[in-house]
Amino acid sequence: MRIGTLKESYIADAALFDSRTQKVWLAVAAALLVLFPFIASDYWLYLACLVCINVASATGLNILTGYTGLVSLGQAAFMGLGAYTVAIMQLRLGTPFLLNILAGGFVAMLGGLIVGIPSLRVKGLYLAIATIAASFITHFIFANTSFTGGTGGLTVPPASVFGVLLDTSFRLYWVIVPVTVLMLLGAANLFRTRVGRAFIAIRDRDISAEVLGIPLLRYKLLSFGLSSFYAGVAGGLWAYFFRVVTPESFPLLMSIFFLAAIIVGGMGTILGGILGAVFMTMVPELLKLVFDLLPNSTELTVFLSPVRTIIFGLLIIGFLVFEPHGLAEMWRRIRRFFHLWPFRN
Amino acid sequence: MDWAYLFEISLTGIAGGGLYALAALAFVMVYKATRVVNIAIGEMLMAGAYLFFTFASMLALPIWLAIPAAVLGSGLLGAVIERTMIRPLLGEPPISVFMVTVGLASVLVGLVEMIWTADQKRLPDFMPTQAIMVGDAFLAPKVFWGAVIAVVFIAAVLLVFRFWRGGVALRATASDQAAAYSMGINVPRVFSLAWVVSAMLAALSGIIVGSIGGISSTMGVFGLSVLVVVIVGGLDSVLGALVGGLCIGLVEALAGAYLGGEYKLLATFIVLVVILMIRPYGLFGTHEIERL
Amino acid sequence: MENKPAGSPTAAPLLQVDGVTLAFGGVKALNGVSFDVAPGSITAVIGPNGAGKTSLFNTISGFYRPGQGSIQYKGQDITRLPAPKRARMGLGRSFQNIALFRGMTVLDNIKLGRHAHLQTNVLDALFYVGRARREEAELRADIEERIIDFLEIDHIRHAPVSALSYGLQKRVEMARALAMQPEILMLDEPVAGMNREETEDMARFILDVRAEWGVTVLMVEHDMGMVMDLSDHVVVLNFGQVIAQGDPAAVQADPEVIRAYLGSGDVGDLRRKLHAATGAV
Repeated sequence: MRIGTLKESYIADAALFDSRTQKVWLAVAAALLVLFPFIASDYWLYLACLVCINVASATGLNILTGYTGLVSLGQAAFMGLGAYTVAIMQLRLGTPFLLNILAGGFVAMLGGLIVGIPSLRVKGLYLAIATIAASFITHFIFANTSFTGGTGGLTVPPASVFGVLLDTSFRLYWVIVPVTVLMLLGAANLFRTRVGRAFIAIRDRDISAEVLGIPLLRYKLLSFGLSSFYAGVAGGLWAYFFRVVTPESFPLLMSIFFLAAIIVGGMGTILGGILGAVFMTMVPELLKLVFDLLPNSTELTVFLSPVRTIIFGLLIIGFLVFEPHGLAEMWRRIRRFFHLWPFRN
Repeated sequence: MDWAYLFEISLTGIAGGGLYALAALAFVMVYKATRVVNIAIGEMLMAGAYLFFTFASMLALPIWLAIPAAVLGSGLLGAVIERTMIRPLLGEPPISVFMVTVGLASVLVGLVEMIWTADQKRLPDFMPTQAIMVGDAFLAPKVFWGAVIAVVFIAAVLLVFRFWRGGVALRATASDQAAAYSMGINVPRVFSLAWVVSAMLAALSGIIVGSIGGISSTMGVFGLSVLVVVIVGGLDSVLGALVGGLCIGLVEALAGAYLGGEYKLLATFIVLVVILMIRPYGLFGTHEIERL
Repeated sequence: MENKPAGSPTAAPLLQVDGVTLAFGGVKALNGVSFDVAPGSITAVIGPNGAGKTSLFNTISGFYRPGQGSIQYKGQDITRLPAPKRARMGLGRSFQNIALFRGMTVLDNIKLGRHAHLQTNVLDALFYVGRARREEAELRADIEERIIDFLEIDHIRHAPVSALSYGLQKRVEMARALAMQPEILMLDEPVAGMNREETEDMARFILDVRAEWGVTVLMVEHDMGMVMDLSDHVVVLNFGQVIAQGDPAAVQADPEVIRAYLGSGDVGDLRRKLHAATGAV
């Protein structure tokens, strides 16, 4: 049972992981992360990488939608911008991995600013519509310019880090996981500072926030730019992971996937982004499994895609109606129970 | 400058705009009554079109039966949607309901793909097929009659809103639920009514649009243009829906004719950006005075 | 309550509202409002409901832009200055209907008040080394020592604001306004809905804020006892116009003010009005 935790300085009180037990669990998690690639099969390595990419992107969307309260349906479009940037740079320029990823982030961020400047001056709803527009426009650009390889897309050569070619899930894991962890830490840090507080203020009561000293347009753009940057980096990792980018790789449905992820996981919490991304990545896999087990499985595969679409929508609706704070809240309830055990709450 | 061609295209654009106006009206109905932004308006339009397809093609009902059946069926769908996913979120921040409509759009698209497959389908013809000529300009008969039907229903809705006390009730519940309740207005019933009527108007719009261009599971993209229409016109303005619809219809037709079909949506979005920069609340929308 | 030291009458006014007119459509919320706030004083703005008091505050804060007139603060014309910049200049504010951010704890809400004075940018924030860490630690220490102790809210610092009682929420509002490092503190109905004891506590806080922090106070209030006991200067608004201003005793005796609150003081006149309205004998 966890009784009061004593802090001896304000800095200690503000730390991300404060209690002894938390630090122990953190060490265990880190050890597991290091051990995992050596014991997991290729399939699970593939899933792990995919989960990390989704966690990174979902965290970006969470900053924008969960913490700042601005709905975006353009997460996939910005991932696409990042992915194509990485693809073009790796394919045509052969520039190093880190540079490409950062460039992907910046191009996506630029796209975000272009979309955000007209639409963030008014209500948040307009941003959502503008991001849908952005999805269509980016798709149009990807499919209709030869620079981006047209409808056929581009094949991405593997990244090369310190002379090692990242062409297997095992090797990519060692790059994708640290990048994701850094992005998570960055997001967590954000909300210990005035920047994060400003975002939350905008979500909860934006008109008062301005009178209290927060320039609204600037911070909304900042939030949107940051979340687009996260999407761009995630898109870049995606490109290195799947090694092929096409205009169809980042459909509107993927943006809905990420929105579902943060709703299911719990908007406005870092843990929510992680839980939601893990959950949503597993859903299509579980679905495939269920379909394989059913009789007449070969005839039913045509239903896989529509059922997936329906389930994404139902998850969004279901969680918003029944559990609006998502899995993170369920997790918190379980933790509270154990904190007080053996006393009842 | 081929004026005759320009005239012809403009005519088609304005007629098409009438359809946009009808769908925009469906959107404004819900927003005026419940302050909910229904991003699934395009998908509800699609649902209506597919219901008509089921009744008219698959069940081979006569047209005069199939259309009302599809419209009523959509009304029922609207009532179910309101009851199960909108009503429970009363009092939650508007962003939550907005996201629910995103989920709804996804569910509708998935259902359509599952039940009717993603293939494009044709709706049975039920409109007169004689070509309409305005002077030397040719207007496709379906487009013309579609616009006529749209105009008739828009006029009907406008009159009802203006003179029936239900219209006043609708506006009352939108501005202040508590006050409306204390005036004896059955607020939940008004909400349901708004969604039912909205769904029926969307279905009507969908049937006409489907008759002109066929139906498919990606029909919902029509909703995007409708969203631009309501932003241009003002989210809560019926007049705005009309004017906005005609404008966007014109813009798209001109873009399609002079730049190419792929540029239609692009042109629409440019209009969106321009409107957001110069008149973000739309041409006729009410700029709500916020109180601190 | 003890005698309060009057604000220095000969120093330049800290805040000057000059001929401010604010209209919404055809309705004039404020009509040629003019008054000065002396530094170090406690000025109260009173008036019947709907008189325009909160609109006045919102205009001074920068939320509304007046159609006519000007607002001078610390000798500078701030009429066109955006609201966040006014906050940076030391214009602190609390709100009539508690505007706390429900998604944050008490401590975070208070810290938010300091936003305009901090320098941490997004890169500092993401990496949380150097400037971000230092500013946060200093901010925390400052708030704990000067504000949380002062307002006696140490027991709820980590509580989510939505879980607090009304009185405590109002105190947190005040704390956040103090965190803004204000030179002038605008309090919109600071004791609305409070009982006798809470009102006296708040009055004590206000006096202490002026005495210990040197903050000028401008408040909207309905509680006449508090207004009369605390203020150096009272401005009376009715229908968007200043109908009287001066020291509390003078304002209290002003017939215009009495008429605004109570209708005409003449009983016969009142009776006649009633008969005309109801047709009774």
